Amino acid sequence: MIKVQLREDYSNLIFYLSPLVAVALTLFFGSFIFLILDLSPIESFKIFFISPISNSYGISELFVKATPLAIIALGLSYCFKNNIYNIGAEGQLTMGAIFGGGIGLLFNDSTSVFLLPLMILFGAIGGAFWATIPAILKTKFNTNEILTSLMLTYVALFILDYFVVGPWKDPAGYGLPKSMPFPDAGRLPVLFDGLRVHIGVYFAIIICFITYIVYNKTLFGFKLKVSGLSSKASKYAGFKYKNLIFYTFIISGACAGLAGLFEVSGPIGLLYRDISPNYGFTAIIVAFLGRLNPIGIILSSLLIALTYLGAEDAQLFLKIPSAVGFVFQGLVLFFLLGTDFLNKYRVFIK
Amino acid sequence: MRYIVEFKNIFKSYPGVIANDDVSFNIKEQSIHAILGENGAGKSTLVKILYGHVKPDSGEILINSNLAIINSPSTAKNLGINMVFQHFSLFESLTVAENLILGMNENISLTKLKDKSKTICDKYGFNLNLNSPISSLSVGQRQSVEIVRSLLNNPKILIMDEPTSVLTPDEIGKLFKIIKNLVKDGLTVIFISHKLEEIINLSDYVTIMRNGKVVSTISTQNENPETLGYKMLGYKVSKVKQVSKINFSQEIFNIKNLSTQSKDPFTINLNKIDLNLKKGQIFGIAGVAGNGQKELMEILLNENDYEFSGDIFFKDLNINNLSTFQRKSLSISYVTEERLGHSAVPEMSLSENIFLSMNHKSEFKKGDFINFEKINSFASDVIKSFNVDTPSYNVKAGKLSGGNLQKFIIGREIMSNPELLILSQPTWGIDAGSEAFIKKTIVELSQKGVSIIIISHDLDELLEVCHEISVLYEGSLSNPLNVEDINITKLGKYMGGLFD
Repeated sequence: MIKVQLREDYSNLIFYLSPLVAVALTLFFGSFIFLILDLSPIESFKIFFISPISNSYGISELFVKATPLAIIALGLSYCFKNNIYNIGAEGQLTMGAIFGGGIGLLFNDSTSVFLLPLMILFGAIGGAFWATIPAILKTKFNTNEILTSLMLTYVALFILDYFVVGPWKDPAGYGLPKSMPFPDAGRLPVLFDGLRVHIGVYFAIIICFITYIVYNKTLFGFKLKVSGLSSKASKYAGFKYKNLIFYTFIISGACAGLAGLFEVSGPIGLLYRDISPNYGFTAIIVAFLGRLNPIGIILSSLLIALTYLGAEDAQLFLKIPSAVGFVFQGLVLFFLLGTDFLNKYRVFIK
Repeated sequence: MRYIVEFKNIFKSYPGVIANDDVSFNIKEQSIHAILGENGAGKSTLVKILYGHVKPDSGEILINSNLAIINSPSTAKNLGINMVFQHFSLFESLTVAENLILGMNENISLTKLKDKSKTICDKYGFNLNLNSPISSLSVGQRQSVEIVRSLLNNPKILIMDEPTSVLTPDEIGKLFKIIKNLVKDGLTVIFISHKLEEIINLSDYVTIMRNGKVVSTISTQNENPETLGYKMLGYKVSKVKQVSKINFSQEIFNIKNLSTQSKDPFTINLNKIDLNLKKGQIFGIAGVAGNGQKELMEILLNENDYEFSGDIFFKDLNINNLSTFQRKSLSISYVTEERLGHSAVPEMSLSENIFLSMNHKSEFKKGDFINFEKINSFASDVIKSFNVDTPSYNVKAGKLSGGNLQKFIIGREIMSNPELLILSQPTWGIDAGSEAFIKKTIVELSQKGVSIIIISHDLDELLEVCHEISVLYEGSLSNPLNVEDINITKLGKYMGGLFD
């Protein structure tokens, strides 16, 4: 019989090294996918992981994808550290895009320098608003936040759908389900001419820095850490767990909303149905792969962003579906959970 | 008499500790053989090896002079070895008979089982109603169920792990009578304890263990608690003596007419509890576990807004509705029964565990930021003043031994300068050295004018340090008894609920 036993002395070093192990295992088993498809694994990996970032355009695209992932994952880390499982970042992202984007459409002939900051503010508010709903349900009715936040994602997507086919549809858009483009004052400045990488990168770095300070130096970070490790000890310390639930939901919602607004006012420039290639869900993997550590999250967001780019190139050059990117993301998560489990428990056959 | 069990060079190590180091001794058939040692001496590991729960690294066990390979508890049972654990494994909502049949290996009908159980109960004087649900039983009765369950398997050897720790003095007497009768009828009992007097009263032989090794195996005939204690520890422990009658005057803490009306069948309702605590007084709340201690502590801490009626006053201020945080800010400190995961977080460093309980103090904060420098130096002070054996304040709390961690936690609370200190099971499960140190510290603290409430199952401990003791029984608190004129018979009666 297979037995599982808690290790008494599980290693902290291995805890931080296990993402690397997981990536190595993903590459190893991923190569079988290419073999099955009759492709040379080495050539395929080159196309998947190296060629996408072999020029300045590719590196810019890497940051375009990594920015929303990092911002959302940093926000989610607050929830996850507190043992609150906010799975609905995709919905909060969508709400941020609706709120912030709505401001852009409302003042669509504005040239004011204040338009973009206002859109950013409303983006964050929209995401935070959407995240408070599961927080209220959890604290008032003890509803499982995993279910409510996930279900609210689909509600948010339908609301966006309603706006882009309904009131916000571009009259000059040939009936396509999309809004008018935002005015120039409502567009996120790019960092280099001709490349899409935008100032969202700065926001990601600032949020990473703030998060690092919060986690390591502040009372709030301490409360999160204690609550995540032991709810009983957190009560003993006199912390108000319900308040912590609210704060962490609001922070993660605001981050996701911000990321949503950056997407629509940055690379996209308007509102339409598919504003996010599941950034809100993929960011969950990013957060855990980065060990809920702010710096780790920045690194893991770059790695996962690469799977997005690689999947696009693979579709182009290898003629395989871009869903392979999701397969790799899934494999990374699978092996990460596996290594974590084996680090924490001993498995043996008796 | 021949030997029924022979341990030969048993060796078992865990990462960082040697639990059993070359353990060899023999147990005579039809005897009561005690295994004595401090917590962590290796007693539990050894009997778990005998019961097939733990596999030794090397060494052999002979049962009736035959080599026995005991891989699992079921092999042990087939060899006639049964064990009554310290923590019961009973289903609360099932009846006694249903619980008994669940423990049976053979197929047997419920009526047959009831007959068989009834015979055993009558013969040995277990007072059990086979049809009542476990949730309605006292702790002592639950233990009887566990023992009857073992006896149904017709064991040759019965291992009992600290069986008296949950019983009243009266119940202990009954249990000892039962054990002696069982041995007369052919059973061999292996009895684990760290209570010296019990071992002398009950057992024929005793094996003393220290740090995983056998110190000696001797007859208990010519021993007394002092000689046995010296052998167990390797040094003498001096008892603290509480200073006799003092006239306490200033009232610090009052509980008036405290009752609860919970509908949860698994909680005990408190019934009109009154308590007066004066400055510098140590007040003990005795009683068998499960008589409302948990609920009372819950209300004193107020972590979960537990509902109650009545009033609690701290220095004439009604604190009924004050949160844990507010109560701590008023200089009330707490040490809970559970160390790991309640009054300390095992995964966090000792420094962080200081701040866990001190986060209401402004000296450790700079606005919203934590002042780690101050905390670290405070942690060093606690470690030094309370003899905590650890290389640094960066060590994770979970790495400390029970006694060391408890010294650290109690030290932390004491150094926060409380006016009222509430301790739940302060010396439970820790080594005798730490225990003596903690008791001494508590007494000294009271002499400085700090009032202390101790909730404990350990009567000896309460009698040693307290000024007054009340007994908690089924949610009611007895009138306080002055320790000076207490006698153990009266206390025993109180613990059985016989007070007004």
